[in-house]
Amino acid sequence: MRVVLHVWRQPARSAHGRFVRYETDDVTPDMSFLEVLDVLNEALRARREEPIAFDHDCREGICGACGMVINGRPHGPRRATTACQLHMRHFRADTELWVEPWRARAFPVIKDLVVDRGPLDRVIEAGGFISARAGSAPEANTTLIGKAAADRAMDAAQCIGCGACVAACPNGSAMLFVAAKAAHLAALPQGEPERADRVAAMTTRMDALGFGPCSNHGECTAACPKEISLDTIAQLNRDYLTALLRAEPRADTL
Amino acid sequence: MTPLDAHVPSGPLESKWTRHRAELRLVAPANKRKFHVAVIGSGLAGAAAAASLAELGYTVSCFCFQDSPRRAHSVAAQGGINAAKNYQNDGDSVFRLFHDTLKGGDFRAREANVYRLAELSGNIIDQCVAQGVPFAREYGGQLANRSFGGVQVSRTFYARGQTGQQLLLGAYQALARQTAAGRVRLYPRHEMLDVVVVGGAARGVIARDLVSGDLIAHPADAVVLATGGYSNVYHLSTNAKGCNVTAIWRAYRRGAAFANPCFTQIHPTCIPPGGHHQAKLTLMSESLRNDGRIWVPATAGDQRAPGEIPESDRDYYLERLYPSFGNLVPRDLASRRAKAICDSGLGVGPGGQGVYLDFRDALERLGRQGIAERYGNLFDMYERITGETPYAVPMRIYPAPHYTMGGLWVDYNLESTLPGLFVIGEANFSDHGANRLGASALMQGLADGYFILPYTIGHYFAQASLPRVAADHDAFRGARGEALEWLKRLLAKSGRRTVEQFHQALGRLLWDACGMSRSAAGLGAALDAIRALRTEFWEDVYVGGDAADLNQALEHAGRVADFFEFGELMCRDALERDESCGCHFREEHQTPDGEAARDDERFAHVAAWQFTGSDASPERLREPLEFSTVRPSTRSYR
Repeated sequence: MRVVLHVWRQPARSAHGRFVRYETDDVTPDMSFLEVLDVLNEALRARREEPIAFDHDCREGICGACGMVINGRPHGPRRATTACQLHMRHFRADTELWVEPWRARAFPVIKDLVVDRGPLDRVIEAGGFISARAGSAPEANTTLIGKAAADRAMDAAQCIGCGACVAACPNGSAMLFVAAKAAHLAALPQGEPERADRVAAMTTRMDALGFGPCSNHGECTAACPKEISLDTIAQLNRDYLTALLRAEPRADTL
Repeated sequence: MTPLDAHVPSGPLESKWTRHRAELRLVAPANKRKFHVAVIGSGLAGAAAAASLAELGYTVSCFCFQDSPRRAHSVAAQGGINAAKNYQNDGDSVFRLFHDTLKGGDFRAREANVYRLAELSGNIIDQCVAQGVPFAREYGGQLANRSFGGVQVSRTFYARGQTGQQLLLGAYQALARQTAAGRVRLYPRHEMLDVVVVGGAARGVIARDLVSGDLIAHPADAVVLATGGYSNVYHLSTNAKGCNVTAIWRAYRRGAAFANPCFTQIHPTCIPPGGHHQAKLTLMSESLRNDGRIWVPATAGDQRAPGEIPESDRDYYLERLYPSFGNLVPRDLASRRAKAICDSGLGVGPGGQGVYLDFRDALERLGRQGIAERYGNLFDMYERITGETPYAVPMRIYPAPHYTMGGLWVDYNLESTLPGLFVIGEANFSDHGANRLGASALMQGLADGYFILPYTIGHYFAQASLPRVAADHDAFRGARGEALEWLKRLLAKSGRRTVEQFHQALGRLLWDACGMSRSAAGLGAALDAIRALRTEFWEDVYVGGDAADLNQALEHAGRVADFFEFGELMCRDALERDESCGCHFREEHQTPDGEAARDDERFAHVAAWQFTGSDASPERLREPLEFSTVRPSTRSYR
């Protein structure tokens, strides 16, 4: 099948970018969207043109490396699907696709479709963990966790950190990302001691890194390839209030 | 030739590690921060090691080529992690896990390492639970288990089909905590291009900043390679696109011996390749073999849809050949049998490259909900890729390169033959012998990173003499210059073929000659063909772009150039190991019923290759393998 692609080309962070139109006939319905970019890049090399830079790695929808906005939607039109798992059988022949990088203040473009998502790591560093030194753990089955709680933790823990939620949000907020981590750890008894500090620290860091505020549009959850629920945000808000009201905030996390 | 000394402590197997730990020298808390460790790779082994070393007080740098340490390929492990907890009361024990792993590896692993791994397996689960890894639970709140290939107990812990992701996030979060504390400095989007040796010891690395193209000289007191496996030498594999041999290959060229490079695992349950644009292959977790039954039509050319083929016309060949293990035989056997069945014309799907993995019976037994609970995300992934739903149609699967048991040789302390260079996780060779059992890669990566390296590296520091070296030391300047030269050479050619085309050609050669079955004739021919192709590569490749920029083709070119050199060593190793064992199936050496025939007289050893120069043949060193508790037997899963 033939596909027309308009791809955002931007040579460097400070350079101006623009859409460039490409056409390829060499597409089959069983190809993934990234394989289409592979084919296009091979064709560009054959013409001695610069190939399109894009992040990708596992191509199984789990590493979170790939991410691009396809026809205005992060990871494209399919529900719960990363760009690497988006297959061309879902598009009509002669389809035209506009492909651009994540657009968010906190994610500067590095080149073409590649952006800097380092701020997501900075948010986790602020408190997205349970402090448990190697060697200090008690026997695993002494901590009983009901199946429902474990499932809730797992639902939230599935976040792959791809940044689609930020790209989807009109405010460029990382609220769903922060909420997913907070909800994962809050569902478990091990996460309880640091719960309030964690939420306060991650939220404060998120704001400081240039992510916008949350105004409950819900675009994030619609774009999330792992379908992280908006409920996590409601819980984050509750936990944030608790954190503000608590007696003694931890000096080293705020 | 002196055999390699693995420095295995003396005394009974069960107490070696305990005694060794007591005898290892320590570094005083106040002195630890003076030692700087460069950890290359941020997967389970690398992130666990970097975090644990930082917790102890060492100064750590952690490099990864991905944009975040959380994306290392451990993230893709699906099925689970083994531990000898015996929570199921089904007769599991440290000894049984040890025995299963040693036997699964066809008696080509070092006994003392395997025992230690089994011994530490329980601590790993404890550690991960403490970190908040959301393992599957029973209704009563206790941890759940499933079973995996090659064993008869249920000892695998899992987090749906995303166990690797969850374990990695645990390690990554521990790493993030140490980063925030200022004890770890992260270098994402950096690729290691060389190990720098000063005074006979590894004293740092040269790494390329993949965004700016800068080559940085990074001195350290010890270097830890946790850079994973090299399955991508085959071009198509289940590994992430970026996985490569470069770090361990460059270390080999600097003096670290490379052990058993031909031990590569071909995983039986992967989605068969589609068209020629295929970028990679996707694994379907081995855990599916718990409930899925593998079969092919009993007669070749049966064109009926699978659902219309009655029981009597199906051949459940694994259940027929191996009644006691059935569909849960080890990976090497399952893969080889699938290949043999397809080669005999019974395969299904396009090109006859596939067998059915059928959930019909399990769906009847457990219902759709029950199956979704166990494998929902895997079924979704299969459907997304193939457009078919396994709830209605059996999966089609075919073997694909997945894991590499070979890697840099390390002693009991996980130190390579190059002092100060430690190698952990899949990048080393140590624990899986000639075949790895399912759910034990995660176990090994985390055991190495959380519980072994943090002790043994301290011992190294306590006795090594490490004068300060700076980034402008001659050795760093020299290595940096060589790396720069290499990049220039790659970019200089304006040939007719792309890196991808060369990678495909190399992959096909190796898949045919050094894949699921190997022969002296095939390997000999492959050696010549690889050399010829490598010459063509350096004459006719086109990379494009420049070195002072984000240049993904250049990254790929460097990795493929190393794969060329490495592929030759792989074939050489396979040729010299004139026996069959585990994954290494030499057609000349098989039992009457087609199983691998080991030759313990001549090959009960690890082969470790020592680099002797770019144009010289490497030297084949040996580490003899001795088995004190288990007598090597012919593996039988019948």
